[in-house]
Amino acid sequence: MDRRKSIQTMILGAGAGAAGLALHGCNTDGSTQTEEAIAKSTETYFGRTPEELERLAKLNAEQLFNAHEMETISALSTVILPPKEPHGGPIEAGVPEFIEFMGKDVPKLQTTLLGGLMWLDHKSNTEYGTEFKAATLEQQKAILDPIAFHDMEVPLDQQALEIQFFYLMRGLTLTGYYTSKVGIADLGYKGNQPNVWDGVPEDVLAQHGMAYDPEWIAKCVDQSQRGVIAEWDEKGNLLT
Amino acid sequence: MQIKESSDVYDVIIVGSGAGGGMATKQLADAGLKVAVVEAGPYFDPADPKTMTQLKWPYESPRRGANTDRVFGEWDMAYGGWEIEGEPYTHEEGTEFDWYRSHMLGGRTNHWGRISLRFGPHDFKGKDKDGLGDNWPISYDDVKPYYDKVDKLIGVFGTNEGRPNDPDGFFLPPPKPRLHELFYIQGAKKTGIPVIPSRLSMLTKKINNDRGVCFYCGQCSRSCSVYADFSAGSCLIFPAQKNGGQVKIFVNSVVREVTTDEEGKATGVSYISKDDRKEYKLKAKVVVLAASACSSARILLNSKSKQHPNGLGNSSDVVGKYLHDSTGSSRAGFIPGLMNRKPSYNEDGVGGMHVYTPWWGDNTKLDFPRGYHIEVWGGMGMPNYGFGFNPNDFNKFFGLSVGGYGEGLRNDVKKYYGSVIGFGGRGEPVARKDNYCEIDPTTVDQFGIPVLKFNYKWSDFEKKQARHMQQTFEELIHNMGGEPLGDTPTKEQDYGLEAPGRIIHEVGTTRMGDDPKTSVTNKYQQLHDAKNVFIVDAGPFVSQGDKNCTWTILALSWRASDYIIEQLKQQNI
Repeated sequence: MDRRKSIQTMILGAGAGAAGLALHGCNTDGSTQTEEAIAKSTETYFGRTPEELERLAKLNAEQLFNAHEMETISALSTVILPPKEPHGGPIEAGVPEFIEFMGKDVPKLQTTLLGGLMWLDHKSNTEYGTEFKAATLEQQKAILDPIAFHDMEVPLDQQALEIQFFYLMRGLTLTGYYTSKVGIADLGYKGNQPNVWDGVPEDVLAQHGMAYDPEWIAKCVDQSQRGVIAEWDEKGNLLT
Repeated sequence: MQIKESSDVYDVIIVGSGAGGGMATKQLADAGLKVAVVEAGPYFDPADPKTMTQLKWPYESPRRGANTDRVFGEWDMAYGGWEIEGEPYTHEEGTEFDWYRSHMLGGRTNHWGRISLRFGPHDFKGKDKDGLGDNWPISYDDVKPYYDKVDKLIGVFGTNEGRPNDPDGFFLPPPKPRLHELFYIQGAKKTGIPVIPSRLSMLTKKINNDRGVCFYCGQCSRSCSVYADFSAGSCLIFPAQKNGGQVKIFVNSVVREVTTDEEGKATGVSYISKDDRKEYKLKAKVVVLAASACSSARILLNSKSKQHPNGLGNSSDVVGKYLHDSTGSSRAGFIPGLMNRKPSYNEDGVGGMHVYTPWWGDNTKLDFPRGYHIEVWGGMGMPNYGFGFNPNDFNKFFGLSVGGYGEGLRNDVKKYYGSVIGFGGRGEPVARKDNYCEIDPTTVDQFGIPVLKFNYKWSDFEKKQARHMQQTFEELIHNMGGEPLGDTPTKEQDYGLEAPGRIIHEVGTTRMGDDPKTSVTNKYQQLHDAKNVFIVDAGPFVSQGDKNCTWTILALSWRASDYIIEQLKQQNI
């Protein structure tokens, strides 16, 4: 279902049912427009205060990495997480731009990122006479293999810079990918949309060897009655 | 600079618009009184598309939801945090307290966890049980009718379990447990501790024609645009206005002090407008403080006059004393039984846990006097900044290598997605006079108002309670077939006990009592020293059980409002 449609259905129709369901306190007549506006706002704003918008504008006006460094980040992130149909990879997920932004947003990351990129080219030039981004995949892997598995027994900040750099780049690449539209699709996450929760599906319960206790479930919400106004007896027993 | 004085005289000025101020606004405006609400932050309506973060995706934020700007992450609906630029606070050396403030209409109710627990009969009479702290001057029976009314007005889901210190109420039906919560129920059973449906103020069922019903996005911390969760603006202040109430809201207005007359009675407040940085005065017959326990104490201490040389309401020297926050200690575990999940369904659920563990222990047999409850988190949540950062750390539990790169990382992320469960213990501290806030005469904020200085230390009671939490968490994780993550916090780390203030349940700074020498307000939250000043935030709490304080703030604010209406009728104030 189309996202905007599903919000409307949820808010105006499904479950609640009753005509004239007023969801916005003072604004009952204009509720259709309000729902439209809410759905549309997703595309326009992301709920920032004026101060936050100002800071965003300032960060966006800065530049941390030069073009070569951005290309190197693209190349490295793609080795870390190769693209795969149908959900693409770091480039489709906007990972290089995200890493550029985070470097500005959290300045303490900058030295590790800038220094690590220099290390990468220095190593590649020394070993293969070419920059990392222009090296073959085999050469790139040969550079990364010694730094891609850090020692779990030693705190990261006590390990070599290139190891810290790779750890950070892998983390940012993975988090950047899985917080993107394509990455969320790859993961298969089904939430962040209006729905009616009515428990774990049977096949999932079976897979994990779990079952609902009928006594517990008897106390839970009957979703077919969710649109009916609650009433109780004087002892607190729900009547509706 | 001349102070600008409005000629309007309000019946009541309410300082602060969170749970306490919101409820007072609703009750006093519904009774026909002319009310001015003075709020330090901007106007906020959860339904406004411009400020709304509900249903946003991580990729709509260039930082993918990271917490650089907002301490609980990009989407959290609180304007503030533990540090606010231009509004500092200080500490006595060697002590700690982290003070969380949210300046906006509705205050912290816009983002809170909506855990809505009544205090039980023992929670009002702690001293009777173990000789520590003090009893409240009121009992559960005094508050019960108001808890009942709050349940019905605002809505809270839960179940009547007949537990002696976790009272029954008027509950909406709870949602079914999620998968990790079924694992928790099983683990808790094996551990021998109770689990019951949680009690959260979210509408799983319709409660009136003005508010929507929960659509299970799991994002109550973003404040619900259809008003299906409790926030003071959407559930109390807007309805009061809609009901035809005379409510005038002053936003971006920081109250400096309560003004008083020759007889020591309050005449109103003075505040600084953030918009033009000028000072204004408002007049009223009654002043109700609801600015938060510490902010209201600060206002009183800054309200010095000939009649109140030690600060308003402070002849006892008790204002700011007995400050106490809930204890908190947390732990997470990796549960192999939750690996390889099918993300075939949406399990966002409500914005919080569907099950929890109320306190079960017998403190006479333990080395700490007061209890705690356990909050549970986990599940296949929406990815945000940090997700996948350590894609295969749990390989270590299987003797596999950690790290690397390549296509295999995709499988690692999916294999472990939703396999972590976390616990938060939230416990009752013992209120002590020597934990306090006071005015720091050396420091002012950007509005020229003297700031608070904190002096707070945990005692062994709280540390031992945190140790017990950690032992329980490890046993639970073990009984769920899992592995605790990270090392067991040591004695030197106070067993993972969070710094005071971190749980954001600060209460007690203007405690109630029958004796004006040892308390700030009477049992109706009226200052002993000034009859027309009331405090309806958590300042008047004598103690707080292991129950989150909001439901009791609401019930007591309603009770105090009834008293104000009654006293005005009888012309006693």
